[in-house]
Amino acid sequence: MMSAVSQDTAVNTGQIARTFIYLLLLLFALFYLLPLYVMVVNSLKPLSEVTGGNMMALPETWTLEAWKSAWSTAQIGVSPTGLEPYFLNSILMVVPAVAISTVIGALNGYVLTKWRFRFDTIVFGLMLFSCFIPFQIVLIPMAMVLGKLGLAGTVPGLVLVHVVYGIGFTTLYYRNYYATFPTELVRAAQIDGAGFFRIFWRILLPISGPITVVSVIWQFTNIWNDFLFGVSFGGTSQPMTAALNNLVQSSTGVKEYNVHFAGAIIAALPTLFVYIVAGRYFVRGLMAGSVKG
Amino acid sequence: MRSFIKTALASAAVLAATTTLSYATDVEVLHWWTSGGEAAALNVLKDDLKTKGIGWVDMPVAGGGGEAAMTALRARVTAGNPPTAVQMLGFDILDWAQQGALGNLDGVASKEGWDKVVPAALQKFSKYDGHWIAAPVNVHSTNWIWISKAALDKTGLKAPENWDQLIAVLDKMKANGITPLAHGGQPWQEATIFDGVVLSEGTDFYKKAFVDLDPATLGGDKMAEAFTRLLKLRTYVDDNFSGRDWNLASAMVINGKAGMQIMGDWAKGEFLKAGQKPGTDFVCIRFPGTQGAVTFNSDQFAMFNVKGDDKIKAQVEMASSIESPKFQSAFNVVKGSVPARTDVPDTAFDDCGKKGIKDLAEANSKGTLFGSMAHGHAAPAAVKSAVYDVVTKAFNGGFKTGKDAAKALADAVAAAK
Amino acid sequence: MASSAEADLRTRIQDWLPKIVLAPSFAVTLLFVYGFILFTVFLSFTGSKMLPNYTLIGWENYRKLWALENWHIAIVNIGIFASLYIVICTVLGLMLAIFLDQKIRGEGVLRPIYLYPMALSFIVTGTAWKWFLDPGIGLEHVMQLWGWESFSFTWIKDNNMAIYTIVIAAVWQTSGFVMAMFLAGLRGIDNEILKAAQIDGASSFQLYRRIVIPMLRPAFLSSFVILSHLAIKSYDLVIALTGGGPGRATEMPATFMYSYTFTRNQMGIGAASAVIMLMTIAAIMVPYLYAELKEKQ
Repeated sequence: MMSAVSQDTAVNTGQIARTFIYLLLLLFALFYLLPLYVMVVNSLKPLSEVTGGNMMALPETWTLEAWKSAWSTAQIGVSPTGLEPYFLNSILMVVPAVAISTVIGALNGYVLTKWRFRFDTIVFGLMLFSCFIPFQIVLIPMAMVLGKLGLAGTVPGLVLVHVVYGIGFTTLYYRNYYATFPTELVRAAQIDGAGFFRIFWRILLPISGPITVVSVIWQFTNIWNDFLFGVSFGGTSQPMTAALNNLVQSSTGVKEYNVHFAGAIIAALPTLFVYIVAGRYFVRGLMAGSVKG
Repeated sequence: MRSFIKTALASAAVLAATTTLSYATDVEVLHWWTSGGEAAALNVLKDDLKTKGIGWVDMPVAGGGGEAAMTALRARVTAGNPPTAVQMLGFDILDWAQQGALGNLDGVASKEGWDKVVPAALQKFSKYDGHWIAAPVNVHSTNWIWISKAALDKTGLKAPENWDQLIAVLDKMKANGITPLAHGGQPWQEATIFDGVVLSEGTDFYKKAFVDLDPATLGGDKMAEAFTRLLKLRTYVDDNFSGRDWNLASAMVINGKAGMQIMGDWAKGEFLKAGQKPGTDFVCIRFPGTQGAVTFNSDQFAMFNVKGDDKIKAQVEMASSIESPKFQSAFNVVKGSVPARTDVPDTAFDDCGKKGIKDLAEANSKGTLFGSMAHGHAAPAAVKSAVYDVVTKAFNGGFKTGKDAAKALADAVAAAK
Repeated sequence: MASSAEADLRTRIQDWLPKIVLAPSFAVTLLFVYGFILFTVFLSFTGSKMLPNYTLIGWENYRKLWALENWHIAIVNIGIFASLYIVICTVLGLMLAIFLDQKIRGEGVLRPIYLYPMALSFIVTGTAWKWFLDPGIGLEHVMQLWGWESFSFTWIKDNNMAIYTIVIAAVWQTSGFVMAMFLAGLRGIDNEILKAAQIDGASSFQLYRRIVIPMLRPAFLSSFVILSHLAIKSYDLVIALTGGGPGRATEMPATFMYSYTFTRNQMGIGAASAVIMLMTIAAIMVPYLYAELKEKQ
């Protein structure tokens, strides 16, 4: 894998041009950070300061009250539970859904590149097109199927939904990634008597790090951020997004914007964490996977 | 990491155990009452059920005045797994009844004599095919105006009782340098204003246009005039109105930036919470020209077909608790609405609440109690949304004259029917 | 003999194993994607209102759909939105990637900053954006507080301009992701080619225009696919920012489909609009997929 440091850029830029580039990059960094800044700053103010003051100003009185309230005492439904219990609901749903869809994607990618058969491209094409189905149209038929399976309103049901609509993406990632891996090595192992799973386990899995990062990031963010499926099929174990929606969308009563912002950031922390920690590998994974093909 | 997952799983198990273990029978309730005051009101019901040994499984889905909740409900019913009771409005209830998805409350209704105490206009939505299917919780009336007392006093005029007086007050407020009309630019809010305007053109006209959906009336001269009046009201709104939440518009009246707001009685809660007193800090009047008539919407709990005798029993108990005068009073005092039965004492209510109860009884007996178009109690969702489209287009300057708008309204309603 | 038969069986299982592994995914895709698409196509020819209803009514829903002003608004909006969004994201993503590829100090800090918006849903950032764009609290207000009295930014309140605020927020969310894809593409280009070109005396500008950008073709295609599908699906964004307003000025096909199916109880019309959306997606995607997959045969 090539690393950023060893790369010589082709272009030698002059001093003025470099200054300009730095300025521009910083300017865009500000643009991207702006909404997050607004959210963080306002979540640390008391409500009176939020509604009365300047959205961009730093707090005059710094307070963590809004964060505490959003986490443990804000009104979500009939009882003031805060987001805490829903956080767990989301984790319990996201972890298996991401794990299962990633494993399936890896196996599919392996089959589609190393064990090719007639019409395999058509199979792949059909699976790929499924990435583009608008979720709104699947709601009603999905409810029928889940009802028939007896999985409606359960966590396994919700996991199933997310796995079904995630495997298109994960298969795409792994297929493109494994396509660059020399098939000769697989054939050689086969001649040595290694079986299907053994080859996968010993030869392909050890090199799958970067693309697994991409797949996990992608699935984790999509599933964590989903609202429609969670609220429709989650039953009584509603995910974080549904709770956040209840917090923010209350139709009457004083809007506690500082609590809303704190809640929004809490709900986003896991995905932010994943992006920032794993972001380093993200470009590398993309480089090896989806863009080079 | 592994120990974290372990703890997470363990605590989930504990959580699941504690939530399901406590009661023999539960009611699962889908609703969108998630703000502090509303939840407090619902807790009255929850506690009452607790004394009867019935547990409460909460399924709150806020957003869009129940739109998100209705989407979730569709998935639940399609999957054959409906909640016990669902907060619902107007024609939605009848639509679900038509699908055969609702249960039957005839037993408890006849035992407790609901037929006699619930206004007939409400029963239209609580009964289908002669059977009780829903328990009405409250009546909101939508043809109210909330005026800042200080701003009104400054005009030197009295509270308006007809259109011309209303315009005079608005003009004076404008001259005094405040925004005369606080408004939030969302289709339902514009439609709420339009309800009042249409009703002020006459109760027969309202009924013919919005309840009977008569094409000639919808596209006629009187409707054109109603639109002209709506456009006139538009001129008293500040430029920054679009997308504003209704409670922010209320806040403008509360802190003196604006003179008045045309909004249903739920707006009262905002004034009360800000420490304002009816009569001294703000004035509540009916939309000028609509005195004696009421356009309403009513939150009801539609009861779904649930399986199992204990569940049906719990459902009936819940319906009975909802219709108890004690709950009706306690809930509606908090919510700003008025009770759904006419025999509830008004002692716990404030001045505006008392007036609301009196107006409701009067309109009920005079036959001038109409379902609100803006809030889905005059016509089904498709027609309501078609009306929204035209009204909101008119309010945002999409038509040159009231006549064009009226014609568009007749066409849109015809297409949606 | 027995052992050879056993071996034979084992090889046959080995032969079938890949297909057995792939089969569940394929079956699930057939049912949950293509089955549901067929179901939607079917619904679009029925008189379904609140829930599916199986009486056929022919092309009635399509006729009604094309007569609706909201649908026309939605189509015009998706045209404006998708073209601006795709072009701006691509140009911006490419520019940032090229600049970031110039041995920039602090790249490790900048990259996650550009990338993080993709991690957040609009349920999370919606309020912040709404504030920021609102003249009374947001950018306009702040600029005026800071002394630029005449500053005006009221697009979100303006029927004609509101759609562009949605473009801004959408670009904010995905341009960093596009940047990452281009950066990956740039890092994958063999340096020898570039060095050779430089020796031949090509200027930096020429170098990029003639050599680098053409080599990024796969990245262009990938980002085009991802951006176009995000554009057609954009729903959260519109609801969070404008709720479709002012009036119905920012109605989009996705919001249209949702509201007709679920809030207006006209499921048949909603299904018809979904079918048209799916056909549009197919018209964009199928040629692309065909070309991509054929090349790799």
